[in-house]
Amino acid sequence: MTTRKSWAPYLFLTPAVTLFALFLALPIGYTVYLSLRRTKVSGLGLGKGSKREIFVGLDNYAAAIGDGDLWTGWLRVLGYGVLVLVVMLGLALVFALMLDAARVRLARFSRIAIFLPFAVPGVAASLMWGFLYLPSVSPISELFGVAPLSQSAVVYSMANVAVWGGTGFNMLVLYTNLGAVPQDLYQAARIDGASELQIALRVKIPILAPAIILVTVFSIIATIQVFTEPTALRPLTNTISSTWSPLMKIYRDAFVTGDLYSAAATAAVIAGISLVLSFGFLRVVKNRAFGET
Amino acid sequence: MHMNRLAAVAAAVTLVAGCSSGGAQQSAAPSSSAAQNAQNAQKVALTYWNWVPGMDKVVAVWNTAHPDIQVTSSTQAGGDDSATKFLTAAKAGNPPDLVQAEYQALPSFVAAEAVADIKTAADPVKAQFSEGIWGLVTLGTDAVYGIPQDSGPMLLYYREDLFKKYGIAVPKTWQEYADAARAVHAKDSKVYLGTFSSKDPGSFAGLAQQAGGQWWSISGEAWKVAINDEPSKKLADYWGGLVKEGVIDNMPYFTPEWNKALNDGKLLTWPSAIWAPGPLSTNAPKAKGKWAIAQLPQWNAGENFSGFWGGSAVSVSAGSKNKEAAAKFATWLNSDPEALALLVKEGSVYPAATKGADLLSEPPAYFSNIPDFWKQAAGFGAGARGFTFGPNVNVAYNAFKDAFDKAALNKTSFSGALQSVQDATVADMTKSGFKLAQ
Repeated sequence: MTTRKSWAPYLFLTPAVTLFALFLALPIGYTVYLSLRRTKVSGLGLGKGSKREIFVGLDNYAAAIGDGDLWTGWLRVLGYGVLVLVVMLGLALVFALMLDAARVRLARFSRIAIFLPFAVPGVAASLMWGFLYLPSVSPISELFGVAPLSQSAVVYSMANVAVWGGTGFNMLVLYTNLGAVPQDLYQAARIDGASELQIALRVKIPILAPAIILVTVFSIIATIQVFTEPTALRPLTNTISSTWSPLMKIYRDAFVTGDLYSAAATAAVIAGISLVLSFGFLRVVKNRAFGET
Repeated sequence: MHMNRLAAVAAAVTLVAGCSSGGAQQSAAPSSSAAQNAQNAQKVALTYWNWVPGMDKVVAVWNTAHPDIQVTSSTQAGGDDSATKFLTAAKAGNPPDLVQAEYQALPSFVAAEAVADIKTAADPVKAQFSEGIWGLVTLGTDAVYGIPQDSGPMLLYYREDLFKKYGIAVPKTWQEYADAARAVHAKDSKVYLGTFSSKDPGSFAGLAQQAGGQWWSISGEAWKVAINDEPSKKLADYWGGLVKEGVIDNMPYFTPEWNKALNDGKLLTWPSAIWAPGPLSTNAPKAKGKWAIAQLPQWNAGENFSGFWGGSAVSVSAGSKNKEAAAKFATWLNSDPEALALLVKEGSVYPAATKGADLLSEPPAYFSNIPDFWKQAAGFGAGARGFTFGPNVNVAYNAFKDAFDKAALNKTSFSGALQSVQDATVADMTKSGFKLAQ
């Protein structure tokens, strides 16, 4: 009995630990290893053995952090992220509350209609919007005041694609959470004379706080990793550079200019920043939302 | 060739998305050769990465005739990322046996020791290729790093009907081209003689070759980088001036907008390569039979120069276990009359082998209005001169896109943009440790 007790937990842990080691720890470790190396060429670099891999310490990190492109990319993504977060989560919350209101017509249809864009793959959505944005092929170009892919408008056009695609999912998370709230709470509020609007503001939103925080953290991580939309729109316009977002820079370094080592270092830097941002946000709001001290 | 850039991007994006979520479904194809080897010792199985349409049909003919060397053609997306994909596979130790190598990518393959020297197999067919083309696979060394497959000499495509309508003559010099651009745009502000594409460094490089540029060269044991040499600067400022003046459009090639402009007759010319009938027929079907071809406008009247845009060779992986068999196939594919005929018919390839030109008797369907299309085109492209490509063309081309995107958009100096391409290229080579001549 006692011997069994000692190995049983490890046995049960094995699948999880193996998967974690193989598919998470190992790739991360390899990325960090690569980020400390680089190839060194001698002479023309054409003969045998003229190229070798050397250890360079933190050189790649210094280059990544010192690269202005990365930080202008971050600034762009920051502006884009604030825009997307506010509009997308705001809309998701409003839609969820509206669908959850006592009297609402066509609830099923509206729910599906709002959720459906989430089912469209990001590349398809970006290309579809891209075609709508291009003046000469767009059936609705007159609706936009300015050219949507011009330098001043391109961030908004891209945010629009993300909001269009992401609102439905966040709405559904919030809406499902609302469904789990016991109806007694609302009845009590109604007996106290609260209107539907007051119930929404004073009862539902506070109850939803943990779910709102959850979708915010997910959305922060998703916007930091913005890649699909700008990459799919890039061939259509002159306004999106190959380093528009930090992730695009990694892609460019690794797969266009063939410098895996710099890409690995930049990836590590971005992972660090994402961690700080998401956990930072959690720390700031945790106490208030969960009543923890 | 860049026929389907959107599809390539879509593929790249889904590829990245796929890698980040799983990473396990990568490259199942190339390892099959080793497995089959073990099964049957005499039988050789080769994998071949390429993006030639209909290659499987050409390969099938080889496979029937050579039961002992079985080739599997694996279709790749092509475009900018294809070279890096091959280099990554080579580094990871599971490259395909054969690979389609664009001429500008070949030096980086050689520098990475990813392709093999196939001099022994290649020497017997050397005479079938022009010296300029052969230089692209030897890089000026004694080795041979691939068998040339196709080439892309440049010529001028123009709308014959609309040239008549706007009353302009076919420009013989770039000066005349600029004048015609002004004349056309003055007559109809929605119509342009052409567009400058900041997304196509290959096209610009071809025009730079025509102008006499030498972006890379080897002097002794060092590389010389001169992307900002005088001919190229002259070329950049020429287009920059026209874009700034507003008489040439600045939309990139191969976009939905560009397709529409071609289709609707809003763009009257396209300085392009000999493979242009392919993209034109898919992108501008409405304009079928309305185009004609001419020599590229010249910098000095009376000259007869052109450049190359695109073209590729078939190379053998350094990591292949069956280099000899692979080289045999590559040689057959690009020099055997039957294979060349199939490449022309199924893949719309413009063969690099000189005898390939005789196979092109029927004009492409899109150009049925010009019965001797191939003869004319070959004549206009005969004066094409190339230059040596360096080991980091990918870096230069990427810098080109970013710098010229900005310059075309803000209408700032194009030679300034060219300077930043030069700087980025030199900085990358310095960082990697290449020896540079001053």
